[in-house]
Amino acid sequence: MNQFYTPTDHFSLLPALLLALFGCAILMLDFFVLPHPRQKRWLIFFALLGEFFAGLALYRQYRFLEDQSIPALRAFSDGLIIDGFSIFFNAIFVAAAVLVAIISYRYLEVEGEHHGEFYGLILLAQCGMYFLASGTELVTIFIGIELMAVTFYILVGFLRSDRRSNEAAMKYLLLGAFSSGFLAYGFSLLYAITGSTRLPKIAAELAQRPATDPLLLLAIVTTLVGLLFKVGAAPFHMWAPDAYEGAPTPVTAYLSVASKAASVAVLVRLFLGTLAPHRINWEPMLAVAVVLSLTIGNFSALSQTNLKRLLAFSSISHAGYILLGLIAGNRTGLTGICIYLFVYTFMNTGAFLVLISLRQKGMTGDDIDDLNGLIHRSPGHALLMALFLLSLGGIPPTAGFIAKYYIFLSLVETGHYALAITAALFVAVSIYYYFRIVRAMFLNEAGQLLPALPGWGARVGFAVTALATLAIGLYPEPIIRFAGTSLLR
Amino acid sequence: MDMLQAILAHPWFTPLLLTALIIGLFPLVAGYIVLVERKVLADMQVRLGPMRVGPHGLLQPIADALKLLLKEDIIPEESDKALFWFAPVISTFTALSAFCVIPFASGVYVADVNVGLLVISAMSSVGILGIVLGGWASNSHYSLLGALRSAAQLVSYEVALALALLSGVMAAGTLSMAGIVRAQQERHIWFIFDNYGLMLIPFVVYVISAVAETNRAPFDLPEAESELVAGFHTEYSGFRWALYFLAEYANIFVVSAVAVTLFLGGWLRPFPNVSWLELPFNYGFPALLFLLIGLGSLRLARKLTWRPHAIGMTGVGLFMILLAGVVLIPPVNAVVSSPFWFLIKVGGFVYLMIWLRGTFPRFRYDQLMNIGWKIMIPVALGAILLNAIVGMLRIS
Amino acid sequence: MLDTIFFYVFALLTIGGAIATITRRSAMHSALSLIVSLLGVAGLYLLQKAEFLFAVQIVLYIGGIMVLFLFVIMLVNLDQAAKERQFNRQWLLGLVASVLVGAQMVWMLNSAGVLSLPAAVPAPAATGPGNIEALADLLFREYLLPFEVASLLLLVAIVGSVMMAKKTS
Repeated sequence: MNQFYTPTDHFSLLPALLLALFGCAILMLDFFVLPHPRQKRWLIFFALLGEFFAGLALYRQYRFLEDQSIPALRAFSDGLIIDGFSIFFNAIFVAAAVLVAIISYRYLEVEGEHHGEFYGLILLAQCGMYFLASGTELVTIFIGIELMAVTFYILVGFLRSDRRSNEAAMKYLLLGAFSSGFLAYGFSLLYAITGSTRLPKIAAELAQRPATDPLLLLAIVTTLVGLLFKVGAAPFHMWAPDAYEGAPTPVTAYLSVASKAASVAVLVRLFLGTLAPHRINWEPMLAVAVVLSLTIGNFSALSQTNLKRLLAFSSISHAGYILLGLIAGNRTGLTGICIYLFVYTFMNTGAFLVLISLRQKGMTGDDIDDLNGLIHRSPGHALLMALFLLSLGGIPPTAGFIAKYYIFLSLVETGHYALAITAALFVAVSIYYYFRIVRAMFLNEAGQLLPALPGWGARVGFAVTALATLAIGLYPEPIIRFAGTSLLR
Repeated sequence: MDMLQAILAHPWFTPLLLTALIIGLFPLVAGYIVLVERKVLADMQVRLGPMRVGPHGLLQPIADALKLLLKEDIIPEESDKALFWFAPVISTFTALSAFCVIPFASGVYVADVNVGLLVISAMSSVGILGIVLGGWASNSHYSLLGALRSAAQLVSYEVALALALLSGVMAAGTLSMAGIVRAQQERHIWFIFDNYGLMLIPFVVYVISAVAETNRAPFDLPEAESELVAGFHTEYSGFRWALYFLAEYANIFVVSAVAVTLFLGGWLRPFPNVSWLELPFNYGFPALLFLLIGLGSLRLARKLTWRPHAIGMTGVGLFMILLAGVVLIPPVNAVVSSPFWFLIKVGGFVYLMIWLRGTFPRFRYDQLMNIGWKIMIPVALGAILLNAIVGMLRIS
Repeated sequence: MLDTIFFYVFALLTIGGAIATITRRSAMHSALSLIVSLLGVAGLYLLQKAEFLFAVQIVLYIGGIMVLFLFVIMLVNLDQAAKERQFNRQWLLGLVASVLVGAQMVWMLNSAGVLSLPAAVPAPAATGPGNIEALADLLFREYLLPFEVASLLLLVAIVGSVMMAKKTS
């Protein structure tokens, strides 16, 4: 019997271990050491410290792979894998969690729901995501998904006195539990077919099976349904607008960015790795989901007046673009997915950050009308918002363009011309509704509302997100290299 | 004769015989436990207890049983009839089912499954349903409150109970009831004294949780007569009520049997590995016990004024003296000494529970929950940790 | 032979209980039917010689979870809800859809053939403590990681439910 917790296991688990440790420590500190509401802000520093150490551990993993020049490190007898892909995605999660931690403070103060658990839960959700990016074993992946999802159910309903938040949490919980059922069904079928829960073994078994195997088809369908729900792609997007709208805005940002990235990581690992030989089965289904996501996401966004809902529908369409890379499935496509998610983290969080800054007592600030004449009230915010929206739309000097460029390139490379043309058409649609917001900010009459009051957290958040959005757009080489090296080495 | 041999040697013989004995005799045993309880409580309160039916009330249980069977069967008008009818059956069925894994002596059990202890846990947890459903189906406020209380109480204390059992299971290394006793035999120690006495902690937790789990005073909130009339069985009468009663006493017997098996050496006599003690413990003690009971009964019989009572009591006394003689016959002794020790320990445990009832006032509901969640469960968890560490150190 | 009969009895209990769970109007009867269904599953475990799972299924699901279900049902007055108009008006559509999906799955499983599944690993010997030890071995060696992560999941669930239930100060 082999030793069951080797140094390699420890090394590969370290970031998640640190996140869990700091998450629990924050829960304890919140209760025992810093019970006073005024003291809760110090917990942010503990959260950041946890992120710092987790990031350090990730960096050590990265150096280790570079130094040994090995493509991947396997641990827990094929239960976990440390490769460039997992490190890249975990870097995204760290970035998202840090941003969310620093921008939540003022928002929660305004809402009067500033509890220390918030920061602990953010870290614990990230811990779940770690297992999505690195797990190569079905049970680990499933529990990781559940850890992430359960944390988000709580975070979405964090504003207990707000009915919309309660409603959002309820809807998200019910539909999320339903979709988890699908996922569990798919995973159990995979196990039934192959007799193993470890992805390398499953891949080896599946490679020998005919593509027409109905049982395998059933497994693929149910797994795909479960994961597409978590990604927020149509036709399993129903929860997204309500959950995004009702959730506290920092949570919405976290949900739209990190949760989506983590689920995409699982999709990529399962469908481009384990299930790659059966592409003929899943490609059409995925294509349908993509076209539906683009259609529903973009056309529904046209008629929204609530900014959070609008961004929710836009995030559905972004899920569509990201999945296009999966359909292409070549190296460029994978690079595209990675860059897209990386860039999306910053531009989307930035857009939500503007909404957070507008949030004040007695004023939600998440209607389009609330942005009327923002350029006169707080020009900085208006300009930043315009930048993020341009990037979300994919206009050239911004990072969003690079992301979309790679996705389209991969589609053309693999000969998916019809999909490429459809997606390009929808970019035009999306630009229309992003510009509706810009028009409201720059051309409409100013309302009676106060100018935004950014705190130090928002300032740092703006600096980081804006810088990343611009810098990646203007000088994308490093991130392309980082994303490129992370894949399929 | 061969036929008889074949029947006796058949693997199904002991289980079937035991099943028949349990189902047939336990109602009687339960009745007499009730009598003992009434007598002991009466003694503690300086009363005499039942004295009329039979000498010193010895036939009272039979009279009670007859009364219950002949009573009018009342089902409340607005109740959920099917459930009202079925709920006591669940309680009784599960309580009696738990008997099937209890080893009365080496080889004397209905079944020795390798998860015996868990089966008992499972049965007692399903038994809760009988109480909850009975309370709900009665469609009465008192019943419903009793059912609510019992659901909360039983679920809470079940956790502590299971955790306390876990320490014992760790020491034994098996979940099989007979296996646990054999482990104590091999280790030459009752588990209550194991791990340098640390096992006393889970034992105490077990005793307290077991009292709560059987709804006995001071944890008898589900049927607190001063507030809830009779709690979940307020609307029950006659035979169905008797079933609840039977289930309650069966549960008392079962939790006592588990405590005896897991902590007190099951069917083993004290110091089972010291062979010269066999004479005093296996022969001397039971004989002396029966002899003293017999002599005591004869003394009591002399004081009775009513002649039939005096004759009955004399008969009991003579029968006890006869028993004292019988247990001294070596072949008989070889068969009965193990069950004797098992039953005497169970009897002692049952006496302890009666004693607790006579001594402590009832807890308030919040106190009950606090004890369960804030004291019992942490203590039981700590005991597991401590015993695991000490046990590991002792082995290595 | 006896096993086959028991299998069908338990399977019937499981399916019948499940159907009754979703068709009974009274919440209490639904919960009871669910208990019957779970008991059927426990029986199926027993037939597979998984005594430990059998006992745990009963202790946890029936003794723990379902009793708490009943507790909540008794606390909340659901009589009113039972009398009101229900939202599930599309039961006909639902029935057709589920029959179709069910038929499709049966056809799929049938054409896949049960034989194309890998041969089941024989269960550990029924006697002796092998059953539990095998399970412990799997949990604490093979699946150590998910087992430990599951504790985090439970922690988060507890924190969440306490937060939601906590009185606002």
